Amino acid sequence: MDYFWAFLIGGIICVIGQILMDTTRLTAPRILVIFVVTGAVLQGLNLYQPLVDLAGTGATVPLPGFGYSLAKGAISGAKDGFLDAVMGGVKSTAAGVATAIAFGYVIALIFNPKSKR
Amino acid sequence: MKEKLETEKEAQKKDQRKQKAKEYENYVKGFTPKPAYFSNSLKAFFVGGAICAAALWIQNLLTGGGMKETDAKTAVTLILICTAQLLTGIGVFDTIAKFAGAGCIVPITGFANSMVAPAIEFKKEGLVLGVGSKLFSLAGPVLVCGISVSVVIGILYWMLG
Repeated sequence: MDYFWAFLIGGIICVIGQILMDTTRLTAPRILVIFVVTGAVLQGLNLYQPLVDLAGTGATVPLPGFGYSLAKGAISGAKDGFLDAVMGGVKSTAAGVATAIAFGYVIALIFNPKSKR
Repeated sequence: MKEKLETEKEAQKKDQRKQKAKEYENYVKGFTPKPAYFSNSLKAFFVGGAICAAALWIQNLLTGGGMKETDAKTAVTLILICTAQLLTGIGVFDTIAKFAGAGCIVPITGFANSMVAPAIEFKKEGLVLGVGSKLFSLAGPVLVCGISVSVVIGILYWMLG
């Protein structure tokens, strides 16, 4: 059942993205920004947590999940003081961002651009 | 008097140009094929869902192997990011993205791809200003907006106690 909900919610979030891409003139980066900010704001209003409880990775793997963990870190940091409130978001996503930067850099060094077929 | 005439003429020219642009837009619209909304959405649904389900499967494997659940969640994100970047490097990601559209752009894989793809493309401009800065040409806006919002939320929660 866990797999069903992860598949369903993850799929629906992607369909929302696809419909945005097809029906509006928004480019991919704007859609990414919209999704991350939406996830963060929803979690700020405490509305995204129920979706995560229901769908697990179905809600955390799509980009709103990135916004969700940013906001969640900031909120839990806010209990410990001002500095932790500012750091919290970056702290909770640090592993992913650091890996994406470091590994991405290595990959870009190793591989060369492909000619489009 | 003369100046007035000139400004009027300029305004007329501007109007004409705008009209021309509009006409051209309509002309182009006649030729651009309408996207296949339904089949695109269906593909996005199945690929996106499959990525999320696969993430859950990996997470279950890791927790089954004795890993703490919070650690497993982080590890899954890292695995997805590394896989997507590797696929981008060998040139497979584009093929998948062409088929799946938002299905693989909206999950964290799309974020990982958006960092590597321009970085490889601009490798010729050097390792610092080419690769180093282009890693963030698409991911930058996402990080800037996301982190800014998280800081605002954190401060708001701190003020509200």
